[in-house]
Order: sequence, then structure tokens, then C-alpha cells
Amino acid sequence: MTDTTKPVPIEVHDLTVAYRHRPVLWDVDVKFPEGNLIAICGPNGAGKSTLIKAILGLVPLASGNVTIFGKPANGVRKLVAYVPQRESVDWDFPTTALDVVLMGRYGHLPLFGRPRKRDKEIARHCLDKVGMLEFANRQISQLSGGQQQRVFLARALAQQTRVYLMDEPFAGVDAATEKAIVTLLRELREQGCTVAVVHHDLQSVPEYFDSVMLLNLRMIAFGPVETTFTTENLNKTYGGRLNLLTEVGEKLRKQQWNARG
Amino acid sequence: MNTAGAILASAPAALPPWLDFFTFRDTNIRLIFAGCVLLGLTSGVIGCFALLRKRALLGDALAHSALPGVCVAFILTGTKNPVVILAGATISCWIGAITIDLISRYTRVKSESALGMVLSVFFGLGILLLTYIQKSGNAAQAGLDKFLFGQASSMLDRDVWTLAIAGLLMLAAVALAYKEFKLVSFDPGFAFSIGLSTRVIETALATLTVLAVAIGLQAVGVVLMAAMLVTPAASARYWTDNLGKMIILSGAFGAIAGAIGTYISYLGPRMPTGPWMVVAATVVFTVSLLFAPRRGMLAHMLQLRRIRRKTTEENIIRTLYVLGERHNDMTKTSSIATLLEFRSMNTMTAERTLDRLIARGLVQEPAEGMFALTPEGVARGARLTRLHRLWEVYLTRKLELAPDHVHDDAEEIEHIITPELEARLVASLNDPGEDPHAQRIPPALEPGRAI
Repeated sequence: MTDTTKPVPIEVHDLTVAYRHRPVLWDVDVKFPEGNLIAICGPNGAGKSTLIKAILGLVPLASGNVTIFGKPANGVRKLVAYVPQRESVDWDFPTTALDVVLMGRYGHLPLFGRPRKRDKEIARHCLDKVGMLEFANRQISQLSGGQQQRVFLARALAQQTRVYLMDEPFAGVDAATEKAIVTLLRELREQGCTVAVVHHDLQSVPEYFDSVMLLNLRMIAFGPVETTFTTENLNKTYGGRLNLLTEVGEKLRKQQWNARG
Repeated sequence: MNTAGAILASAPAALPPWLDFFTFRDTNIRLIFAGCVLLGLTSGVIGCFALLRKRALLGDALAHSALPGVCVAFILTGTKNPVVILAGATISCWIGAITIDLISRYTRVKSESALGMVLSVFFGLGILLLTYIQKSGNAAQAGLDKFLFGQASSMLDRDVWTLAIAGLLMLAAVALAYKEFKLVSFDPGFAFSIGLSTRVIETALATLTVLAVAIGLQAVGVVLMAAMLVTPAASARYWTDNLGKMIILSGAFGAIAGAIGTYISYLGPRMPTGPWMVVAATVVFTVSLLFAPRRGMLAHMLQLRRIRRKTTEENIIRTLYVLGERHNDMTKTSSIATLLEFRSMNTMTAERTLDRLIARGLVQEPAEGMFALTPEGVARGARLTRLHRLWEVYLTRKLELAPDHVHDDAEEIEHIITPELEARLVASLNDPGEDPHAQRIPPALEPGRAI
């Protein structure tokens, strides 16, 4: 099944991330295989969002590197569609749902180029896919939380890429939105896309995902749900705080060391 | 000297000044007027991005930190050449911006404290230099203090032309990079993820803010220039939910403020322009705050009043309905005193509401002070009671709340359930006949009679 000669969509090698000298992710090595729905799970503060942001270059790496389809992430970053946490933007921004989805097309447009008719068609099509077409011209602050989340998903779809990184798309959404997201994820898998999702609800992991990555400051386990999503691994991830690791991290922060130079 | 003031003194006295202004006969007045309108327009447009990126205060700090740059530029060159002054102000603003960034990044001081520090330290330094220059006895320095509060009429041709060229270039930049500015203002993380160089875009936006401040120094002054960035944009936000329209409106508001400021300082040549421009912009803001449709305070108040009225009306209808139900006679009349036993409201509100309901044909008053529902009122009362009791059933069945906990919730919900929600409620409850208190749920009305 795994063809070693073919470049994997995302490969993370020995990745360490530090905020203000305190490492929040240690030595992560992982390959996200093609055509997989991957859940990234772990307790609060485990570094799940940080991992996604590090892959996208949004936070500086203390060490390690990321490749996308075998190439250094810098420069090919737009091959990855990103769904940020809903709270990361101000939804009172004066714009419409369709406009936000059109932003997904910006990566395909030249600098200073305006969206064309075709981009608008794609954007409308993507809104339709998440069941939001009737809200196309609605001001985004007038949408419910779940609807806003679906607009963000539509924006990622409009990028028309093969790799998706989603930061807690299921957080605080209504049942209709959850269903829409799941349908969408399955559709993406059928098209052979790779999707990694930061996910909180452990119960739904076996139902929604193929693989799971368990994370708590370091990577605990990664693999198919059947073999990896075990009580033992979950205990390792959630049970017992990683006292030594957090303490050492705290010490590094106090002494203002640069982790890995 | 070819200033507006000088021209003004020699102007023909045929028309009073307040009227003469509008003839725009005087080329100098025409030029200054155009300059200030363009200045207002530019700062209004640029200010939209500062406001949406929540960088409004930064504009203020930048404006204040321009002053030492203006003074140093004068000390070094001995002229008030606009290009030299603009360059000095811009460099000084940049040093201020970078200082704020460095302080908040490398110390424990939070960015808003850094902002406050830079603002006052740079402004203090500027005043110090200004005093030094004024004491130096250099004749060319006259008018440098106008940079504090601005004086449009002291602008020379070359000042206006510099302002105009810079302003037009900045507007062109916004038109060109509108898409990029919009994305970076809304979601910089996403912008970066699609390969946009957010650092370059953010630097461009900061540069535009600095330039908008710098070109306004002579007409508006360092103390108040930030208001010309923020106030028009904040006003425009009240009128529209579309960024393009907001930018155009904000530019228009800024231009109007510029025009009014110039006019007033023309009438009183000793009047500083800056404060008047800001006053004009603030009047526009106040009007927007109060009267803008949907977002304005008046619209909010009217909306609230409508909802309150409707709720009171519906409460009275429902009380009359339930009273009729108890006596098995919908024509049974009740006094206001009886109604008030069931509803907490004052007598005057009850009287006024009843008057309105009578006028609308929902309530009748067969005898003085005795009220009952008309047939149409009965239909309304039946629907409200139906919604109330359906919701009680929903809460007890689906949310498993105790029957004595559900009345107050239903009291609110009955006013807001739409026919669509009602249909879904009925479907999910299999059209129950009774509420949790074993009271009959009135049947649905035939379509077309729903409220």
C-alpha cells in the first residue's frame, strides 16, 4: 500500500517548536499518507494547533523541517489548504460569505489580480457543497457558529488542493454542520485527498477517521485507528501529566535558553 | 508670500468672505481646498484598514512621533520644504513604530503600554526641539508650530502639490492591492498559508498609515491627525457591511470633514484647521452612531420598542384567551384589574396596549372598562397559546425538564416561534393534544391566518 518512491503529501522531520523559549512540541516525526483522514488528538495544550501552524510556517521552528510532496514547505505551501480555528478571525469584518470563500481562490490569482467569473463560480459551487449557497450574500457576522465554520471549509475547498489541514472544525458546531463536515471529509477521501484534522471528541474518532495521531508535547503514536487508537496509547496521551517534560520546558523558559540554538 | 491669508487680504471686497469662498475665484484657495479634501479622502480610505486591523491607536502614536522628525528635518536643512518635512516625519514615524514593536517583543511591557510610552516620549522630544528652534531666532522657523494643530491656509503651492501627489499615489496603491489588503486585514494566517508575503503586505499597510499621517501634518497637525484616520472609518462602518462601500464612504466622510475644516479656517485665518476638521468628522460620526439604519442607536431603540410592544400586546391577548378558556366563553369580559392579576405591568401600559388592540380590531370593549377578544383576537390568542403549550411539551419531553420548570421559558419562546419552527415542533412531537399541565393545545389555524 505504501509506495516508498512516491513523495508523501506531508512529512515532518524532527520538528521542535518553542514559544518564548519554552518548547511546546518536541521532536515530532510523522508522515501523513495520501488519501487518509487523520485525526490529531491530545489534551489541551498538547501542541495540536501548533503542529498545524508549524507545518504551514505560521510559527517559527526551533529545529527540524517539513516537506510537502517531497519539497521544502517554503514555496509549495499553497498546495496545502488551511482551515484555521473559527475564533482566529473577527467575524464582524464587513464582508459576505461568498467573499470569504473567494479568498480561497486568491492563491490561484496573480498578485493584484481580481477574481474572475470562473473563480466566483467555483466559490459558489463550494458554498453549495457545504449547504451554504443560500447564505452567499449574507454578512458573515449574521451567520451562526456552525455556518461560519462551513464558510471556512468552503474557502479551503475553493483552493482545490489535495492536502487539507483543519484546526478543530468540529468545535462548537451544530448537528447539521457536523454532518456536513463528515460528508465532506468522506468525499475528499474518495478523491484521494489527505486531510488532517485537530479533533477533540475521542468517541467519534473510529467512526470518522482512518488514522490517528496522538500528541502530548511529543508524538505518542501515529497509525491506523484500529491498531493505534488503543487504551494503552490513550492512557499514555491523556493519563498522567508529563511532569518531567513540562518541568524541563519551564526551566528552559526561565533561563531563556533557545531550544536547539 | 503667496499664502492664502495674503491673497485673502487683497481679495476684492465685493462679496462677504463666507460667500466669496464658494466662488473659488482665487486659485490659491482652490488649491488649498482641493488639497484638504484629498487629504481627508486619503486618510479616510487608509483609516479603514487601520480600524479593521485594530491598529487605530497605533495611528495616534505614529502621528505624535512625527514631530521630532519634522523638527530635526528643519534643523538639518533650515527650510520647510514639504518633501524634506515629509521625509523627516516619515522616518520619525517609522522609528516610533519599530520602537513599539521592539519593546513589546523583547521586554515584558505589553504593546499598548509601549504605544503610550512611545507616543508621549516622542511628542515630548518634539516639543523640546520645537522650543529650541523657536528660541534660536531663525526667521525661517515661523509657522513651524502650526504642525501641532495644523493650519491649511499657511500651506504654499508646493505643500499642496506634495500632499496631492502623495495622496493620489496612496489611493492608487489601495486600488491596486485592494484584494491583498483585504485578505491580510481579515485573516493574516490564511493569507500566509496561500503563499502571500504577509510581511510585505503588512509593511505596505503600515507605510500607508505613516504616510497618511505625514501628509496631514501641515493641515491637521500631529495632535489630531489620528482622528482623521479613525473617525471617518468608524462612521462608515455604521452604514454598510461591505468593505468596498465602507472605504468609499469613509473617504467621502473624510473629504467632507476636510472641506468644512478648510472653510472654517478660511473664515477665521487664525483658526487652526485640524480641530475643525476633527469636529466635522465627529459630527458625521455622531449622526452615524445615532441614525444609521440597523446599526445605529435609534434603529436599535426602535427595534427594541417594537419587540416590547409586540410582547405586551401578545401577553394581553393570551391572558384574555386563557380567561375565556377558563369560563368556556370567549366573549366573557374582564377588567384591567383582572388582567393585572395575571400579568405584571402598570395600569397605564395596559390601558394603552388595550387601546391599540381595540384599534386593530383584536379586542372589544362591550362595556366601559370591560374587555374581551374579538373573533380575530381569539384566533391570535389560540395560536399563541398553542405555541406556548407546544414548547412546554417540547421541554418536558425532549429536554426532560420538570413540568413546573417550563412555563417561564415558554412565556418567552411563544413570541418568537415562526410558522416553520412550529411545523418542525409539531412534527417532532407527533402533534400532541395536551400540554404537561393537561391543558388542551388549541389546534393549528388554517394557512393564511397565521400571524
